[in-house]
Amino acid sequence: MLGILKLAYKLLVNDRAKFTALLVGITFAVFLIVMMTSIFAGVLDRASATVINIGASIWVMDPAVQTVANTIGMPDYILDAVRSVRGVKYAVPLFSGGALVKLEDGTYQSVNVIGLDDTSLFGRPPMEEGDIGSIFAENSFIIVHDSEFSKLGSPHVGTTFELNDNRGVVVGIAKVSTSSLFGVPTLYTTYYRAIQYIPNPRFTISYVLVEPKSEQDIAIIQEEVQKLGYLALTKSQFEARISAFYKYQTGVGMNLLLMTIFSFVVGLSISGQTFYTFILENLDKFGALKAKSRELVAMIMFQAAFTALTGFGLGIGFCALVITLAKARLPDYAAIVTYPNIVTALVMVIVIAGISSYIGVRKVLRIEPFDIFRG
Amino acid sequence: MAGVAIKADGVNKWFGEGEARTQALKNVCLETYFGEMVYIVGPSGSGKTTLLSVLSGILRPNEGTVLCEQTSLWQLSADDLARFRLDKIGFVFQDYHLFPRLTTAENVAIPLILRRTDWDKAVEEAVKYLEIVGLKNRADIAPVKLSGGEQQRVAIARAMISQPDVLIMDEPTASLDGETGRNIVGFVKEHFLNQGRCILIVTHDSRIYEFATRILRMEDGKLTNKVDGSDEK
Repeated sequence: MLGILKLAYKLLVNDRAKFTALLVGITFAVFLIVMMTSIFAGVLDRASATVINIGASIWVMDPAVQTVANTIGMPDYILDAVRSVRGVKYAVPLFSGGALVKLEDGTYQSVNVIGLDDTSLFGRPPMEEGDIGSIFAENSFIIVHDSEFSKLGSPHVGTTFELNDNRGVVVGIAKVSTSSLFGVPTLYTTYYRAIQYIPNPRFTISYVLVEPKSEQDIAIIQEEVQKLGYLALTKSQFEARISAFYKYQTGVGMNLLLMTIFSFVVGLSISGQTFYTFILENLDKFGALKAKSRELVAMIMFQAAFTALTGFGLGIGFCALVITLAKARLPDYAAIVTYPNIVTALVMVIVIAGISSYIGVRKVLRIEPFDIFRG
Repeated sequence: MAGVAIKADGVNKWFGEGEARTQALKNVCLETYFGEMVYIVGPSGSGKTTLLSVLSGILRPNEGTVLCEQTSLWQLSADDLARFRLDKIGFVFQDYHLFPRLTTAENVAIPLILRRTDWDKAVEEAVKYLEIVGLKNRADIAPVKLSGGEQQRVAIARAMISQPDVLIMDEPTASLDGETGRNIVGFVKEHFLNQGRCILIVTHDSRIYEFATRILRMEDGKLTNKVDGSDEK
């Protein structure tokens, strides 16, 4: 069988022009498919940045909240009510809101301020510089060293600024696993300082972060919170809710889906047409071979699969290279290649190979050696 | 006379149905023997190629039986028939049908590769057959760079590499000039015709009749008379 596959391989690869056209078509399609889905995955990942970075097991929020950035304040009694639910190990408040920072050079910069529970500092980020305990000092803020860090003039410990006309001092630099989507730097401080510095409506708790006693208690907590008129979501459920919002309610998902489909169609058109031409050009030879062998289908399927997988590998590699280069040059570049992206592209490439080989196989199955005899 | 190579009995073949039905072969009965070079001649549309296809197990007749080396071809399964053709029958087509993207040696090696022979061994064997047909020095070049006569010799080497008992040649000289055609057929007779092999040739070309041991004439789907080579000459 190896010899027959080698024969198929040589017939394909030695026709350099067509093999190149096939590879370019599939590589280009895979590149576009993976780029589109990776950009979307990056956007979704960043949209859930606060959820990922804080890392709480359960988030209690107003039922109207769709994304982590669009918070709706909850009254203080909700915190006490949640703490009294059976199965809650502990519950702490979290503030999340926007503010305006005036830098030392006089320029203004929008920021996102996260206020951590004063007692536990639950959800605190790992420190890159400084001590987390310094956050309790007067006017203290910790700045996240993410892709937006430079927008605050790349500050260091001791740098001062104004936040909504209040003095602020950088006491630490933190690192997080995921940068935010909205292109603004993130500052951490204590919950009470946050609600003092940032003007708020009557209700100030953005989220109540809950740690259940056990996995089994999650359902009970969600049920009890629902009775209070609020929503309790696990970390993954909240991320899914945010994803669903961007996928289905912003048009971003639909646009990227359309682009992905177009990429698939382009790849299919180029490879299908080229492969069909390749089969047509060799049809008489395949017909002659058919007098001797019934393994032509395997040969053609191997050719299609080989081209598809080579193009797939090149496309993934090219995509990874472009994303790596882009991230090196553009700190805000959001694309991430995830396994689902790769699997999606692989499935699409297999469909392209399947359709292309089907067209070729159908043609070869119809030709008979007798047709070759007849000329 | 040596043993029977191919025996056809009461073979009918028609294409289409109803008023569109065309009878290509009409009750054809035929025996060819090992050691013979048999020509099937006749005008265009007389059914020569159809008969060749039926005798070689490529085209199923509507009626009648075809025995090749005592094996009833049309009782074999499709897989067994393909295997039988691979092992027992060599084909030389009018237009050669060589793969332009393979080397000459690789083209010749194809039947062995289809038999699961190791690639390198198959190509090595192919070079030996290219040497027989006088093209050893052309083993590594593409067949498109060869002349028509050389390409036909490559096609013959490809047909012979699996050492078939029956060699089928369809209009082997149609694309060649007279001298080259005669050289090719003379070469085949000299090198490949022996008591263990039968060569069946469909041709229009009277210039190569001199090599035939027997010439059969077809007209309107029937073998109208059976003459030996001397009669035709």
